[in-house]
Amino acid sequence: MEIKKLAISSSPHLHSGVTVRQAMWLVVLALAPAALFAVFHFGWYVVAILVTGVLAAVLGEVAILHFQKKPLTVVQDGSAALTGLLLALNVPAGAPLWMVAIGSVLAIAIGKHVFGGLGYNPFNPALVGRAILVSSWPARMTAWVGPDLVSSATPLALLRAGEALPAYSDMLLGFKAGSIGEVAVLLLLVGGVFLIYKKIIDWKIPFFYIATVAFLTWALPARGQVGYFSGDPLFHVLSGGLMLGAFFMATDWVTTPVTKLGRVIMGLGAGIITAVIRLYGGLPEGVTYAILIMNGLTPLIDRYTMGRRFGVR
Amino acid sequence: MSSLRVFFRGLLDENPVLRLLLGMCPTLAVSTAALNGLGMGLAATAVLVASNILISLLRPVIPDKIRIPCYIVVIATFVTMVDLLMEAFVPGLHGVLGIFIPLIVVNCIILQRAEAFASKNGVFLSAIDGIGMGLGFTVALLILASVREVMGAGTFFGLALLPATFEPMKLMVSPPGAFIGLGLIIGLINYVQNQREVRRRA
Repeated sequence: MEIKKLAISSSPHLHSGVTVRQAMWLVVLALAPAALFAVFHFGWYVVAILVTGVLAAVLGEVAILHFQKKPLTVVQDGSAALTGLLLALNVPAGAPLWMVAIGSVLAIAIGKHVFGGLGYNPFNPALVGRAILVSSWPARMTAWVGPDLVSSATPLALLRAGEALPAYSDMLLGFKAGSIGEVAVLLLLVGGVFLIYKKIIDWKIPFFYIATVAFLTWALPARGQVGYFSGDPLFHVLSGGLMLGAFFMATDWVTTPVTKLGRVIMGLGAGIITAVIRLYGGLPEGVTYAILIMNGLTPLIDRYTMGRRFGVR
Repeated sequence: MSSLRVFFRGLLDENPVLRLLLGMCPTLAVSTAALNGLGMGLAATAVLVASNILISLLRPVIPDKIRIPCYIVVIATFVTMVDLLMEAFVPGLHGVLGIFIPLIVVNCIILQRAEAFASKNGVFLSAIDGIGMGLGFTVALLILASVREVMGAGTFFGLALLPATFEPMKLMVSPPGAFIGLGLIIGLINYVQNQREVRRRA
């Protein structure tokens, strides 16, 4: 074992000192303010959803590792807990607990372990779980609620229906309907900036993602409207799952490009798909599918933006 | 090769869907309900057995250079017969399966058995091979379709199997459910096969 220090291995040779475990718990910490706001805004039932999501993901991972005869210590990296938390933050506040548990387990099983575990999954596991839930129980996944679980439409749904929209300040602070984790836009922004400061995530993906959505929703006329450069970019940036997706899900280490240019392309692509779905698609919101589609393109992006090796033509 | 081995090969070791991954299009498309899967499987089996027998009989007369078009003519004839018979006697099922019945003509399982087996073997073995492969296809379709119907609609052969409080997982009866379900079933079969291999070696 002593010889290990002298062993020659392929790059990278430097370690930043941050372990996967530390990084995962920093992300959980960055999500905590938005989650706590959701408890305050929607009520105590949210705690049950969050606990169910995390527990189901961790227990699901333990069961799968046991079945695969892999070391159970893998659970300690915290990635399963984070996946469960992200999934729970992605459901409406009135979601039944059984649905959250199924989503968490499937996110871990079909999103991660069928591909070989953390580091091998092509798609963001939490979003895989969410996509499965949306197509399995569409009515429950769009049963949006406001405070005290009173049913209420999200700002994007109100926009589609042509009804009065909430004030920008309410949308920024989180006093609106939506998924548990997406409402507190300002707190998500704080958490995201904290992760950028801690160098856990790269600023390029969220910046280009949000900027692209803002530009396109300003520049392009929505379906049924005329005139260019007259949209409402602020509304689109503050609504839906954009902040949560841009900072916490489009920046997943495993499923996004590793090159600098690749990350810019990731942000631009996700922004274009999100804006097009919001303005012209059948669904009011497109963050989930935008990120999943860009996850699918990630190997290709990496391949074409990889730097030239020194000395190679 | 004994006829018994020929028969079971199609059912297990060389199951067209679960081991050879042939005939994916009808498998994924019609496996939304157990009855559809069973109907599609039996229709393809009928064509497969008949075409295997006829192609085996025609071995001396089919010129080698144009054998594929000849096989297609034979297969298309039987598919047309099955299509018209089903329209006459089981119009409901025929309506549900729709375009996938005429598409049996281009089902690669049937062409593959003609090319790989019936054109090289006698009539009796070819018939046994057709039955084995056809039943293998039917069983695979029935398994996938049953899983999808029970999970995605809460019914089995149209009968309500689960209590009304069960909320069906709509994903499983939609196209992505077909891919996920088939992938997991093939994964399970591969796992069992690997375990058998390990035990044989041990």
